Amino acid sequence: MADETAALPETPQKRLVERPSRLTTVLRETGPTVAAGLAFVLIWEISVHALGVSKFVLPPPSMIVVSMVGDFPYLMKALAYTAGITVAAFAAAVVSGILGGLLLTQHKDVERMLWPYAIALQVTPMVAIAPLVIIWVGLDRVWLGLMILAWLVAFFPMLANTVQGLKSADRGLQDVMTLYQASRWQRFRHLQLPAALPYILTGARISSSLAVIGGVVAEFVAGSGSSTGLAWVIVESGTMLDVPRMFAALFILSIFGLAIWWLTSMVQARLLSRWHESELGGER
Amino acid sequence: MTDMSPKLQPVMRMQNLDKVYPNGTVALKNLFLDVHPGEFVSLLGPSGCGKSTALKIAAGLAEHSAGRIQRPGEDEAKGIRARAGEIGFVFQEPNLMPWLSVFDNVYLPLKLAGLSRTDAAADVAAILETVGLAGFHDSYPRELSGGMKMRVSIARALVTKPKLLLMDEPFAALDEITRNKISQDLLELWQATGSTVIFVTHSVFESVFLSNRIVVMAARPGRIIGEIGVDAPYPRDASFRLTQDYAAHCRDVSGLLTRAMES
Repeated sequence: MADETAALPETPQKRLVERPSRLTTVLRETGPTVAAGLAFVLIWEISVHALGVSKFVLPPPSMIVVSMVGDFPYLMKALAYTAGITVAAFAAAVVSGILGGLLLTQHKDVERMLWPYAIALQVTPMVAIAPLVIIWVGLDRVWLGLMILAWLVAFFPMLANTVQGLKSADRGLQDVMTLYQASRWQRFRHLQLPAALPYILTGARISSSLAVIGGVVAEFVAGSGSSTGLAWVIVESGTMLDVPRMFAALFILSIFGLAIWWLTSMVQARLLSRWHESELGGER
Repeated sequence: MTDMSPKLQPVMRMQNLDKVYPNGTVALKNLFLDVHPGEFVSLLGPSGCGKSTALKIAAGLAEHSAGRIQRPGEDEAKGIRARAGEIGFVFQEPNLMPWLSVFDNVYLPLKLAGLSRTDAAADVAAILETVGLAGFHDSYPRELSGGMKMRVSIARALVTKPKLLLMDEPFAALDEITRNKISQDLLELWQATGSTVIFVTHSVFESVFLSNRIVVMAARPGRIIGEIGVDAPYPRDASFRLTQDYAAHCRDVSGLLTRAMES
Protein backbone atom coordinates (compact mmCIF):
# COMPACT_ATOMS: atom_id res chain seq x y z
CA MET A 1 0.00 0.00 0.00
CA ALA A 2 3.03 2.25 -0.30
CA ASP A 3 1.60 3.78 -3.48
CA GLU A 4 -1.47 5.00 -1.71
CA THR A 5 0.41 6.75 1.06
CA ALA A 6 2.66 8.33 -1.52
CA ALA A 7 -0.37 9.58 -3.43
CA LEU A 8 -1.59 11.56 -0.43
CA PRO A 9 -1.12 15.27 -0.99
CA GLU A 10 1.22 17.10 1.36
CA THR A 11 -0.64 18.85 4.08
CA PRO A 12 0.79 22.33 4.42
CA GLN A 13 2.44 22.69 7.78
CA LYS A 14 0.49 25.59 9.09
CA ARG A 15 -0.34 26.51 12.65
CA LEU A 16 -4.06 26.22 13.06
CA VAL A 17 -4.39 29.42 15.03
CA GLU A 18 -1.99 32.25 14.44
CA ARG A 19 -1.48 34.12 17.67
CA PRO A 20 -1.91 37.78 16.73
CA SER A 21 0.64 40.27 17.97
CA ARG A 22 -0.30 42.78 20.67
CA LEU A 23 -0.33 45.67 18.21
CA THR A 24 -2.69 43.94 15.79
CA THR A 25 -5.01 43.07 18.67
CA VAL A 26 -5.13 46.69 19.80
CA LEU A 27 -5.68 47.90 16.23
CA ARG A 28 -8.35 45.28 15.67
CA GLU A 29 -10.15 46.32 18.87
CA THR A 30 -9.93 50.09 18.59
CA GLY A 31 -9.62 50.52 14.82
CA PRO A 32 -13.33 50.42 14.02
CA THR A 33 -14.13 52.78 16.89
CA VAL A 34 -11.59 55.38 15.78
CA ALA A 35 -12.62 54.99 12.14
CA ALA A 36 -16.29 55.56 12.94
CA GLY A 37 -15.43 58.64 14.99
CA LEU A 38 -13.25 60.12 12.26
CA ALA A 39 -15.89 59.45 9.62
CA PHE A 40 -18.50 61.16 11.76
CA VAL A 41 -16.32 64.23 12.30
CA LEU A 42 -15.48 64.38 8.60
CA ILE A 43 -19.12 64.19 7.50
CA TRP A 44 -19.94 66.85 10.10
CA GLU A 45 -17.22 69.17 8.83
CA ILE A 46 -18.21 68.74 5.17
CA SER A 47 -21.96 69.07 5.70
CA VAL A 48 -21.63 72.21 7.83
CA HIS A 49 -19.64 73.91 5.03
CA ALA A 50 -21.70 72.47 2.20
CA LEU A 51 -25.05 73.37 3.71
CA GLY A 52 -23.86 76.73 5.03
CA VAL A 53 -25.01 76.12 8.61
CA SER A 54 -24.45 79.11 10.88
CA LYS A 55 -21.63 78.67 13.41
CA PHE A 56 -24.06 79.83 16.09
CA VAL A 57 -26.17 76.76 15.45
CA LEU A 58 -23.62 74.06 14.69
CA PRO A 59 -19.96 75.01 14.42
CA PRO A 60 -17.72 72.74 12.32
CA PRO A 61 -15.33 70.46 14.25
CA SER A 62 -12.34 72.50 13.08
CA MET A 63 -13.73 75.55 14.83
CA ILE A 64 -14.31 73.54 18.01
CA VAL A 65 -10.69 72.37 17.93
CA VAL A 66 -9.50 75.97 17.50
CA SER A 67 -11.62 77.02 20.46
CA MET A 68 -10.32 74.11 22.50
CA VAL A 69 -6.72 75.05 21.80
CA GLY A 70 -7.31 78.76 22.31
CA ASP A 71 -9.12 78.38 25.64
CA PHE A 72 -7.06 75.42 26.77
CA PRO A 73 -5.92 76.74 30.18
CA TYR A 74 -9.42 78.02 30.96
CA LEU A 75 -11.04 74.72 29.98
CA MET A 76 -8.50 72.66 31.89
CA LYS A 77 -9.09 74.70 35.02
CA ALA A 78 -12.81 74.07 34.65
CA LEU A 79 -12.16 70.37 34.09
CA ALA A 80 -10.02 70.20 37.23
CA TYR A 81 -12.86 71.75 39.22
CA THR A 82 -15.50 69.38 37.84
CA ALA A 83 -13.21 66.36 38.09
CA GLY A 84 -12.34 67.16 41.69
CA ILE A 85 -15.98 67.36 42.68
CA THR A 86 -16.93 64.24 40.74
CA VAL A 87 -14.09 62.09 42.04
CA ALA A 88 -14.65 63.22 45.62
CA ALA A 89 -18.39 62.55 45.34
CA PHE A 90 -17.73 59.16 43.76
CA ALA A 91 -15.27 58.19 46.48
CA ALA A 92 -17.75 59.28 49.13
CA ALA A 93 -20.50 57.26 47.39
CA VAL A 94 -18.34 54.13 47.27
CA VAL A 95 -17.37 54.33 50.94
CA SER A 96 -20.83 55.32 52.21
CA GLY A 97 -22.59 52.87 49.87
CA ILE A 98 -20.53 49.92 51.09
CA LEU A 99 -20.82 50.93 54.74
CA GLY A 100 -24.56 51.55 54.32
CA GLY A 101 -24.92 48.16 52.65
CA LEU A 102 -23.12 46.52 55.54
CA LEU A 103 -25.38 48.29 58.02
CA LEU A 104 -28.56 47.34 56.18
CA THR A 105 -27.63 43.66 55.96
CA GLN A 106 -26.80 43.36 59.66
CA HIS A 107 -30.36 42.82 60.71
CA LYS A 108 -33.72 42.56 59.02
CA ASP A 109 -35.07 45.31 61.29
CA VAL A 110 -32.34 47.76 60.30
CA GLU A 111 -33.30 47.13 56.70
CA ARG A 112 -36.99 47.70 57.47
CA MET A 113 -36.08 50.89 59.28
CA LEU A 114 -33.86 52.45 56.63
CA TRP A 115 -34.41 50.89 53.22
CA PRO A 116 -37.63 52.78 52.33
CA TYR A 117 -35.89 56.05 53.14
CA ALA A 118 -32.95 55.12 50.96
CA ILE A 119 -35.41 54.59 48.12
CA ALA A 120 -37.13 57.90 48.93
CA LEU A 121 -33.74 59.58 48.65
CA GLN A 122 -33.23 57.93 45.28
CA VAL A 123 -36.60 58.83 43.76
CA THR A 124 -36.57 62.47 44.85
CA PRO A 125 -35.28 64.44 41.84
CA MET A 126 -31.90 65.90 42.66
CA VAL A 127 -32.73 69.08 40.76
CA ALA A 128 -35.53 69.68 43.24
CA ILE A 129 -33.33 69.56 46.32
CA ALA A 130 -30.35 71.31 44.75
CA PRO A 131 -31.42 74.90 45.61
CA LEU A 132 -32.00 73.85 49.21
CA VAL A 133 -28.61 72.21 49.53
CA ILE A 134 -26.90 75.24 48.00
CA ILE A 135 -28.63 77.49 50.54
CA TRP A 136 -27.64 75.23 53.42
CA VAL A 137 -23.94 75.14 52.62
CA GLY A 138 -23.89 78.84 51.74
CA LEU A 139 -22.96 80.53 48.50
CA ASP A 140 -19.35 80.90 49.60
CA ARG A 141 -19.02 77.10 49.69
CA VAL A 142 -20.85 76.11 46.53
CA TRP A 143 -18.27 73.36 45.85
CA LEU A 144 -19.47 71.54 48.97
CA GLY A 145 -23.07 71.78 47.81
CA LEU A 146 -22.10 70.37 44.41
CA MET A 147 -20.23 67.55 46.07
CA ILE A 148 -23.20 66.66 48.27
CA LEU A 149 -25.55 66.70 45.27
CA ALA A 150 -23.26 64.56 43.11
CA TRP A 151 -22.88 62.17 46.04
CA LEU A 152 -26.67 61.97 46.48
CA VAL A 153 -27.03 60.79 42.89
CA ALA A 154 -24.11 58.37 42.98
CA PHE A 155 -24.89 56.88 46.39
CA PHE A 156 -27.95 54.73 45.70
CA PRO A 157 -26.63 52.30 43.06
CA MET A 158 -23.65 51.70 45.30
CA LEU A 159 -25.90 50.96 48.26
CA ALA A 160 -28.41 48.83 46.38
CA ASN A 161 -25.72 46.72 44.72
CA THR A 162 -23.82 46.20 47.94
CA VAL A 163 -26.98 45.09 49.73
CA GLN A 164 -27.86 42.67 46.96
CA GLY A 165 -24.30 41.38 46.76
CA LEU A 166 -24.01 40.75 50.47
CA LYS A 167 -27.25 38.79 50.38
CA SER A 168 -26.30 36.74 47.35
CA ALA A 169 -23.85 34.30 48.96
CA ASP A 170 -24.64 30.77 47.81
CA ARG A 171 -26.42 28.50 50.34
CA GLY A 172 -24.02 25.66 49.81
CA LEU A 173 -21.05 27.90 50.51
CA GLN A 174 -22.79 29.15 53.64
CA ASP A 175 -23.10 25.54 54.77
CA VAL A 176 -19.34 25.15 54.35
CA MET A 177 -18.81 28.13 56.65
CA THR A 178 -21.29 26.75 59.20
CA LEU A 179 -19.63 23.33 59.13
CA TYR A 180 -16.27 24.84 60.05
CA GLN A 181 -17.87 27.05 62.70
CA ALA A 182 -16.73 30.24 61.03
CA SER A 183 -17.14 33.35 63.16
CA ARG A 184 -19.33 36.20 62.00
CA TRP A 185 -16.27 38.12 60.86
CA GLN A 186 -14.78 35.10 59.05
CA ARG A 187 -18.07 34.47 57.31
CA PHE A 188 -18.13 38.08 56.17
CA ARG A 189 -14.49 38.25 55.17
CA HIS A 190 -14.22 34.89 53.40
CA LEU A 191 -17.70 34.44 51.95
CA GLN A 192 -20.00 37.44 51.92
CA LEU A 193 -17.50 40.05 50.81
CA PRO A 194 -15.93 38.13 47.92
CA ALA A 195 -19.40 36.97 46.81
CA ALA A 196 -20.56 40.59 46.86
CA LEU A 197 -17.54 41.94 44.99
CA PRO A 198 -18.96 41.60 41.44
CA TYR A 199 -22.11 43.41 42.57
CA ILE A 200 -20.14 46.14 44.34
CA LEU A 201 -17.98 46.71 41.26
CA THR A 202 -21.03 46.94 39.02
CA GLY A 203 -22.46 49.46 41.47
CA ALA A 204 -19.23 51.43 41.33
CA ARG A 205 -19.34 51.59 37.53
CA ILE A 206 -22.90 52.88 37.48
CA SER A 207 -22.23 55.27 40.31
CA SER A 208 -19.06 56.68 38.72
CA SER A 209 -20.92 57.88 35.65
CA LEU A 210 -23.80 59.10 37.81
CA ALA A 211 -21.33 61.16 39.84
CA VAL A 212 -20.29 62.96 36.65
CA ILE A 213 -23.91 63.60 35.71
CA GLY A 214 -24.75 64.65 39.26
CA GLY A 215 -21.83 67.05 39.45
CA VAL A 216 -22.72 68.70 36.15
CA VAL A 217 -26.45 69.01 36.83
CA ALA A 218 -25.75 70.43 40.27
CA GLU A 219 -23.49 73.03 38.72
CA PHE A 220 -26.22 74.01 36.26
CA VAL A 221 -28.70 74.43 39.09
CA ALA A 222 -26.24 76.33 41.27
CA GLY A 223 -25.20 78.28 38.16
CA SER A 224 -24.62 81.60 39.88
CA GLY A 225 -21.11 82.21 38.67
CA SER A 226 -19.63 81.14 41.96
CA SER A 227 -18.84 77.73 40.52
CA THR A 228 -16.19 77.43 37.85
CA GLY A 229 -16.61 73.91 36.45
CA LEU A 230 -17.24 72.70 32.92
CA ALA A 231 -21.00 73.02 33.27
CA TRP A 232 -20.55 76.67 34.13
CA VAL A 233 -18.34 77.10 31.05
CA ILE A 234 -21.23 75.75 28.97
CA VAL A 235 -23.76 78.08 30.60
CA GLU A 236 -21.48 81.08 30.34
CA SER A 237 -20.47 80.36 26.71
CA GLY A 238 -24.15 79.94 25.89
CA THR A 239 -25.03 83.39 27.13
CA MET A 240 -22.08 84.79 25.19
CA LEU A 241 -23.17 82.84 22.08
CA ASP A 242 -19.72 81.23 21.99
CA VAL A 243 -21.11 77.97 20.62
CA PRO A 244 -17.72 76.45 19.63
CA ARG A 245 -16.56 76.77 23.24
CA MET A 246 -19.80 75.14 24.41
CA PHE A 247 -18.97 72.19 22.21
CA ALA A 248 -15.36 72.16 23.38
CA ALA A 249 -16.50 71.97 27.02
CA LEU A 250 -19.03 69.29 26.10
CA PHE A 251 -16.37 67.13 24.44
CA ILE A 252 -14.02 67.44 27.37
CA LEU A 253 -16.87 66.41 29.64
CA SER A 254 -17.60 63.31 27.51
CA ILE A 255 -13.94 62.34 27.44
CA PHE A 256 -13.73 62.74 31.19
CA GLY A 257 -16.83 60.55 31.65
CA LEU A 258 -15.36 57.93 29.33
CA ALA A 259 -12.07 57.98 31.21
CA ILE A 260 -13.85 57.34 34.51
CA TRP A 261 -15.91 54.53 32.99
CA TRP A 262 -12.81 52.97 31.48
CA LEU A 263 -10.92 53.22 34.76
CA THR A 264 -13.65 51.53 36.79
CA SER A 265 -13.96 48.83 34.11
CA MET A 266 -10.22 48.22 34.37
CA VAL A 267 -10.45 47.83 38.13
CA GLN A 268 -13.36 45.44 37.71
CA ALA A 269 -11.57 43.33 35.11
CA ARG A 270 -8.48 43.21 37.29
CA LEU A 271 -10.27 42.12 40.46
CA LEU A 272 -12.54 39.52 38.86
CA SER A 273 -10.25 38.37 36.09
CA ARG A 274 -9.81 34.74 36.99
CA TRP A 275 -12.98 33.64 38.60
CA HIS A 276 -16.04 35.56 37.49
CA GLU A 277 -18.12 34.73 34.43
CA SER A 278 -18.45 38.37 33.39
CA GLU A 279 -14.71 38.69 32.79
CA LEU A 280 -14.13 35.37 31.06
CA GLY A 281 -15.34 36.38 27.62
CA GLY A 282 -15.76 33.49 25.19
CA GLU A 283 -13.08 31.42 26.86
CA ARG A 284 -14.12 27.90 27.81
CA MET B 1 -24.65 -3.08 75.01
CA THR B 2 -21.82 -1.31 73.32
CA ASP B 3 -21.19 0.68 76.50
CA MET B 4 -19.71 -2.45 78.06
CA SER B 5 -16.73 -2.44 75.75
CA PRO B 6 -14.91 0.85 75.35
CA LYS B 7 -13.34 -0.37 72.12
CA LEU B 8 -16.70 -0.32 70.42
CA GLN B 9 -17.53 3.29 71.32
CA PRO B 10 -19.34 4.56 68.25
CA VAL B 11 -17.91 7.55 66.39
CA MET B 12 -21.42 8.84 66.02
CA ARG B 13 -24.59 7.80 67.72
CA MET B 14 -28.16 8.80 66.94
CA GLN B 15 -30.79 7.78 69.44
CA ASN B 16 -34.50 8.07 68.84
CA LEU B 17 -33.94 11.04 66.57
CA ASP B 18 -36.96 12.93 65.22
CA LYS B 19 -37.07 15.74 62.73
CA VAL B 20 -40.34 17.58 62.26
CA TYR B 21 -40.53 20.64 60.02
CA PRO B 22 -42.53 23.68 61.15
CA ASN B 23 -45.22 22.83 58.61
CA GLY B 24 -45.77 19.46 60.31
CA THR B 25 -43.91 17.25 57.84
CA VAL B 26 -42.17 14.42 59.67
CA ALA B 27 -38.80 14.05 57.96
CA LEU B 28 -37.33 11.56 60.42
CA LYS B 29 -39.01 9.30 62.97
CA ASN B 30 -37.30 7.28 65.74
CA LEU B 31 -33.93 7.08 64.08
CA PHE B 32 -31.35 4.86 65.81
CA LEU B 33 -27.93 4.67 64.20
CA ASP B 34 -24.52 3.81 65.62
CA VAL B 35 -21.51 4.22 63.39
CA HIS B 36 -18.29 2.60 64.60
CA PRO B 37 -14.70 3.57 63.90
CA GLY B 38 -13.46 2.49 60.50
CA GLU B 39 -16.90 1.70 59.11
CA PHE B 40 -18.12 2.69 55.68
CA VAL B 41 -21.89 2.99 56.09
CA SER B 42 -24.26 3.86 53.26
CA LEU B 43 -27.65 5.42 53.86
CA LEU B 44 -29.81 4.23 50.98
CA GLY B 45 -33.38 5.11 50.24
CA PRO B 46 -35.88 6.75 47.91
CA SER B 47 -36.07 10.54 47.68
CA GLY B 48 -37.82 12.08 50.63
CA CYS B 49 -36.75 9.37 53.07
CA GLY B 50 -34.75 11.89 55.08
CA LYS B 51 -31.31 10.40 54.42
CA SER B 52 -29.81 13.78 53.52
CA THR B 53 -31.56 15.37 56.50
CA ALA B 54 -30.06 12.74 58.81
CA LEU B 55 -26.63 13.54 57.41
CA LYS B 56 -27.11 17.28 57.82
CA ILE B 57 -28.13 16.72 61.46
CA ALA B 58 -25.04 14.55 61.95
CA ALA B 59 -22.93 17.44 60.61
CA GLY B 60 -24.68 20.03 62.75
CA LEU B 61 -26.01 21.80 59.64
CA ALA B 62 -29.61 21.10 60.69
CA GLU B 63 -31.29 20.84 64.06
CA HIS B 64 -33.16 17.75 65.20
CA SER B 65 -36.56 18.10 66.88
CA ALA B 66 -36.27 15.34 69.47
CA GLY B 67 -33.93 12.56 70.50
CA ARG B 68 -30.20 12.59 71.08
CA ILE B 69 -27.14 12.71 68.95
CA GLN B 70 -23.53 12.29 69.90
CA ARG B 71 -20.91 13.50 67.47
CA PRO B 72 -17.18 12.82 67.52
CA GLY B 73 -15.46 14.69 70.33
CA GLU B 74 -18.78 15.74 71.76
CA ASP B 75 -19.77 15.09 75.34
CA GLU B 76 -23.27 16.13 76.21
CA ALA B 77 -22.81 15.53 79.94
CA LYS B 78 -19.72 17.73 80.08
CA GLY B 79 -21.23 20.20 77.63
CA ILE B 80 -18.39 19.81 75.15
CA ARG B 81 -19.33 20.71 71.58
CA ALA B 82 -17.71 19.04 68.59
CA ARG B 83 -14.57 20.83 67.46
CA ALA B 84 -14.64 22.28 63.96
CA GLY B 85 -12.90 19.89 61.62
CA GLU B 86 -13.82 16.71 63.54
CA ILE B 87 -16.42 16.15 60.86
CA GLY B 88 -15.76 16.43 57.14
CA PHE B 89 -18.66 16.93 54.76
CA VAL B 90 -18.80 16.41 51.02
CA PHE B 91 -21.89 18.03 49.55
CA GLN B 92 -23.92 17.10 46.49
CA GLU B 93 -22.41 20.11 44.78
CA PRO B 94 -18.66 20.68 45.06
CA ASN B 95 -19.43 23.98 46.84
CA LEU B 96 -16.04 25.50 46.14
CA MET B 97 -15.35 29.22 46.51
CA PRO B 98 -15.06 30.39 42.90
CA TRP B 99 -12.67 33.19 43.89
CA LEU B 100 -10.16 30.86 45.54
CA SER B 101 -7.60 28.66 43.81
CA VAL B 102 -7.71 24.90 44.35
CA PHE B 103 -5.00 25.24 46.99
CA ASP B 104 -6.81 28.00 48.85
CA ASN B 105 -10.13 26.16 48.72
CA VAL B 106 -8.55 23.17 50.43
CA TYR B 107 -6.69 25.47 52.84
CA LEU B 108 -9.93 27.22 53.86
CA PRO B 109 -10.93 24.93 56.78
CA LEU B 110 -7.43 25.26 58.25
CA LYS B 111 -7.47 28.99 57.69
CA LEU B 112 -10.78 29.28 59.54
CA ALA B 113 -9.17 27.30 62.35
CA GLY B 114 -6.46 29.95 62.54
CA LEU B 115 -3.60 28.09 60.83
CA SER B 116 -1.26 30.21 58.70
CA ARG B 117 -0.86 29.44 55.02
CA THR B 118 2.78 28.43 55.46
CA ASP B 119 1.99 26.09 58.35
CA ALA B 120 -0.85 24.50 56.40
CA ALA B 121 0.99 24.23 53.08
CA ALA B 122 2.44 20.75 53.68
CA ASP B 123 -0.91 19.25 54.74
CA VAL B 124 -2.76 20.87 51.85
CA ALA B 125 -0.19 19.73 49.31
CA ALA B 126 -0.25 16.19 50.73
CA ILE B 127 -4.01 15.83 50.55
CA LEU B 128 -4.11 17.30 47.02
CA GLU B 129 -1.51 14.74 46.02
CA THR B 130 -3.63 11.97 47.53
CA VAL B 131 -6.75 12.93 45.57
CA GLY B 132 -4.69 13.19 42.38
CA LEU B 133 -4.60 16.95 41.98
CA ALA B 134 -0.92 17.59 42.69
CA GLY B 135 -0.47 19.71 39.57
CA PHE B 136 -3.53 21.88 40.06
CA HIS B 137 -2.70 24.05 43.07
CA ASP B 138 -3.16 27.31 41.18
CA SER B 139 -6.18 26.36 39.06
CA TYR B 140 -9.51 27.93 39.74
CA PRO B 141 -12.69 25.84 40.17
CA ARG B 142 -14.17 27.00 36.87
CA GLU B 143 -11.15 25.58 35.07
CA LEU B 144 -11.80 22.06 36.39
CA SER B 145 -14.09 19.24 35.25
CA GLY B 146 -16.95 18.04 37.46
CA GLY B 147 -14.94 15.06 38.70
CA MET B 148 -11.93 17.21 39.55
CA LYS B 149 -14.08 19.71 41.42
CA MET B 150 -15.46 16.83 43.48
CA ARG B 151 -11.90 15.72 44.23
CA VAL B 152 -11.10 19.21 45.50
CA SER B 153 -14.23 19.03 47.64
CA ILE B 154 -13.13 15.67 49.07
CA ALA B 155 -9.64 17.05 49.72
CA ARG B 156 -11.15 20.00 51.59
CA ALA B 157 -13.26 17.63 53.71
CA LEU B 158 -10.23 15.48 54.56
CA VAL B 159 -7.64 18.20 55.17
CA THR B 160 -8.67 18.60 58.82
CA LYS B 161 -8.18 14.84 59.32
CA PRO B 162 -11.79 14.37 60.48
CA LYS B 163 -12.85 11.42 62.63
CA LEU B 164 -16.00 11.18 60.56
CA LEU B 165 -16.51 11.88 56.87
CA LEU B 166 -20.07 12.55 55.73
CA MET B 167 -20.88 12.38 52.04
CA ASP B 168 -24.22 13.48 50.59
CA GLU B 169 -24.69 11.88 47.16
CA PRO B 170 -21.35 13.36 46.15
CA PHE B 171 -21.08 11.59 42.81
CA ALA B 172 -24.69 11.96 41.64
CA ALA B 173 -23.82 14.62 39.07
CA LEU B 174 -20.88 12.75 37.57
CA ASP B 175 -20.93 10.50 34.51
CA GLU B 176 -20.65 6.76 35.16
CA ILE B 177 -17.04 6.35 34.07
CA THR B 178 -15.86 9.20 36.29
CA ARG B 179 -18.07 7.95 39.10
CA ASN B 180 -16.60 4.44 39.03
CA LYS B 181 -13.08 5.78 39.03
CA ILE B 182 -13.63 8.25 41.83
CA SER B 183 -15.52 5.61 43.89
CA GLN B 184 -12.54 3.31 43.74
CA ASP B 185 -10.18 6.14 44.64
CA LEU B 186 -12.41 7.01 47.56
CA LEU B 187 -12.15 3.43 48.88
CA GLU B 188 -8.37 3.57 48.67
CA LEU B 189 -8.39 6.91 50.47
CA TRP B 190 -10.71 5.56 53.16
CA GLN B 191 -8.45 2.57 53.72
CA ALA B 192 -5.30 4.66 53.75
CA THR B 193 -6.64 7.20 56.25
CA GLY B 194 -8.60 4.73 58.37
CA SER B 195 -11.46 7.21 58.59
CA THR B 196 -15.12 6.50 59.16
CA VAL B 197 -17.60 7.32 56.40
CA ILE B 198 -21.34 7.80 56.20
CA PHE B 199 -22.32 7.91 52.55
CA VAL B 200 -25.79 8.94 51.40
CA THR B 201 -26.85 7.55 48.02
CA HIS B 202 -29.83 6.41 46.02
CA SER B 203 -27.79 3.94 44.00
CA VAL B 204 -27.91 0.29 45.04
CA PHE B 205 -24.81 -0.53 43.01
CA GLU B 206 -22.79 2.33 44.44
CA SER B 207 -23.72 1.40 48.00
CA VAL B 208 -22.84 -2.28 47.57
CA PHE B 209 -19.53 -1.46 45.91
CA LEU B 210 -18.44 1.00 48.59
CA SER B 211 -19.83 0.05 51.97
CA ASN B 212 -19.44 -2.63 54.55
CA ARG B 213 -22.89 -1.79 55.91
CA ILE B 214 -25.96 -0.50 54.08
CA VAL B 215 -28.78 1.09 56.04
CA VAL B 216 -32.01 1.18 54.02
CA MET B 217 -34.52 3.92 54.73
CA ALA B 218 -38.18 4.42 53.78
CA ALA B 219 -40.10 7.65 53.32
CA ARG B 220 -43.16 9.24 54.95
CA PRO B 221 -42.09 9.30 57.67
CA GLY B 222 -38.35 8.93 57.13
CA ARG B 223 -37.18 5.85 59.03
CA ILE B 224 -34.76 2.94 58.91
CA ILE B 225 -36.36 -0.30 57.76
CA GLY B 226 -33.37 -2.58 57.73
CA GLU B 227 -29.70 -3.01 57.10
CA ILE B 228 -27.48 -5.34 55.13
CA GLY B 229 -23.80 -6.03 55.73
CA VAL B 230 -21.45 -6.42 52.80
CA ASP B 231 -18.66 -8.69 54.02
CA ALA B 232 -16.63 -8.73 50.80
CA PRO B 233 -13.02 -7.89 51.64
CA TYR B 234 -11.25 -4.67 50.72
CA PRO B 235 -9.48 -3.54 48.62
CA ARG B 236 -12.25 -3.78 46.08
CA ASP B 237 -11.63 -2.86 42.49
CA ALA B 238 -13.65 -2.96 39.28
CA SER B 239 -13.52 -6.78 39.20
CA PHE B 240 -15.63 -6.87 42.37
CA ARG B 241 -18.53 -5.61 40.28
CA LEU B 242 -18.39 -8.83 38.24
CA THR B 243 -18.55 -11.28 41.14
CA GLN B 244 -21.50 -13.46 42.21
CA ASP B 245 -21.12 -12.00 45.67
CA TYR B 246 -21.64 -8.46 44.37
CA ALA B 247 -24.69 -9.50 42.35
CA ALA B 248 -26.18 -11.32 45.34
CA HIS B 249 -25.76 -8.30 47.57
CA CYS B 250 -27.27 -6.00 44.95
CA ARG B 251 -30.27 -8.32 44.76
CA ASP B 252 -30.71 -8.35 48.54
CA VAL B 253 -30.41 -4.59 48.83
CA SER B 254 -32.80 -4.06 45.91
CA GLY B 255 -35.29 -6.38 47.60
CA LEU B 256 -35.10 -4.40 50.82
CA LEU B 257 -35.40 -1.15 48.90
CA THR B 258 -38.51 -2.43 47.11
CA ARG B 259 -40.03 -3.15 50.51
CA ALA B 260 -39.08 0.35 51.56
CA MET B 261 -40.92 1.76 48.57
CA GLU B 262 -44.04 -0.31 49.24
CA SER B 263 -44.26 0.28 52.98
